[in-house]
Amino acid sequence: MTALPTRKLEAYRYADIDALRDVWDGLAQPDEVKIAAQQRLQQIWLPSGDEIDIRRVEMVVAAGAVVRIFALNNASRYGRYEIDVTMHEGADFALFGANIGGGNSTLEIVTTLKHVAPGATSHQTIRSVLGDKATGSFLGRIEVAREGQQTDAEQSVKAMLLDRGATANAKPELEIFADDVKCAHGATVGELDRNQLYYAAARGLDPVSARALLLEGFVGGLWDEIEGDDQGIAEMARVALRKVAA
Amino acid sequence: MLKIENLHATVAGKPILNGLTLTVPAGEIHAIMGPNGAGKSTLAYVLGGRPGYEVTEGSVTFDGRDLFEMEPHERAAAGMFLGFQYPVEIPGVSYLQFLRESLNSQRRSRGEKELSGAEFIRLSKDKAALLGMDAEMLKRPVNVGFSGGEKKRAEMVQMGIMDPRLAILDETDSGLDIDALKAVGAGINSIMRAPDRSVLLITHYQRLLDYVTPDAVHVLSRGKIVRSGGPELAHELEREGYAEAAA
Repeated sequence: MTALPTRKLEAYRYADIDALRDVWDGLAQPDEVKIAAQQRLQQIWLPSGDEIDIRRVEMVVAAGAVVRIFALNNASRYGRYEIDVTMHEGADFALFGANIGGGNSTLEIVTTLKHVAPGATSHQTIRSVLGDKATGSFLGRIEVAREGQQTDAEQSVKAMLLDRGATANAKPELEIFADDVKCAHGATVGELDRNQLYYAAARGLDPVSARALLLEGFVGGLWDEIEGDDQGIAEMARVALRKVAA
Repeated sequence: MLKIENLHATVAGKPILNGLTLTVPAGEIHAIMGPNGAGKSTLAYVLGGRPGYEVTEGSVTFDGRDLFEMEPHERAAAGMFLGFQYPVEIPGVSYLQFLRESLNSQRRSRGEKELSGAEFIRLSKDKAALLGMDAEMLKRPVNVGFSGGEKKRAEMVQMGIMDPRLAILDETDSGLDIDALKAVGAGINSIMRAPDRSVLLITHYQRLLDYVTPDAVHVLSRGKIVRSGGPELAHELEREGYAEAAA
């Protein structure tokens, strides 16, 4: 059995270890997912509703396969989505994730993308909305092996802090051994725009509705590329935003 | 409708309005003209309740109610519309969603029934057509990628949708070409020219007044009204400049 991680481990530096201790037994071994060559997989990760909500997934994406993950991280105490992806030739992976929380919650999305073969593409778009004393983190590691020529890897990470006590961490980490690759990352942390809030108020929106609407604009685009039934993720995100905006 | 008495206001501790008194009765359109720095936009923002604009003295009533007792969104629900000199962009939020939620928030606070999606789309199409704006533009994020003229036209479409009793229009005519200026003028006339409605038209130039005939024109200088007159006063200002007219 694997020992409980400590904060000395880079991937756990912002983790809530106390919360993790309660559930670690069932988690030590990540779920394994293999996507066969040229196949397509779409997954929608909804919060379980438990106060501690952790998923650990190891994914192998075979040549030419396409993966789309849409994830809403919204546990009331500790939510952690951890994905380790190995990308084979021409594989195409995209993650659209949101950390939305208030109170004392700790929410994190931790990814490792291993580009081990040529021509694979990975896009990660993470939006965090944090109120009260919540902490939201994204730790995104990209490893491009010597064989990973023509890798196209991108991270876009934005966080919105609603209260003084809220914290956002964004940590891109790139390790590149190939010489012909495109790796881009961008991170911003901000707060709601006062001019936008005033414009909405002048049109009659009460302060809570105005904040919720602007936050929806900030997060909403994440779900645009879902194919078919969205399983309620957009509505659940909206409800979560209204809650942190109140 | 709107009664401003001895209004003093500061921005960042600096006095901008210095004893402004003005009454706009129901059914009238009043123009406020004045040079840069006279306090025109400050007046609009004080009336609109923008944070950072501090009233230090005086009173304003809207339909007999103390305006300063109301939050900005409550002023909107009470029937006041503020047209922005620089309309704000809101990426990720469509105009349709923004306006429908705003209007329904107003209606809720007045105890009226909210409009359904279909009802709202019908209303917004009608108002866009009235202002010569392609209703498809309302599917786009609020003001994102709109030209200066399109933003001002969109302000007028919003005014049509909100259906206010008092409109305070802050340099709605700035940055407009002649077609957009005509459209804005026609919008003000069709939406706001009514016995139970009033407009406070804040402007730097006389040219919008070729399309909207005011019932009264006031000259604002150094935070006070220094002259008032009929529509002819605007022409005189245009000919002789503010320095002469305010003297």
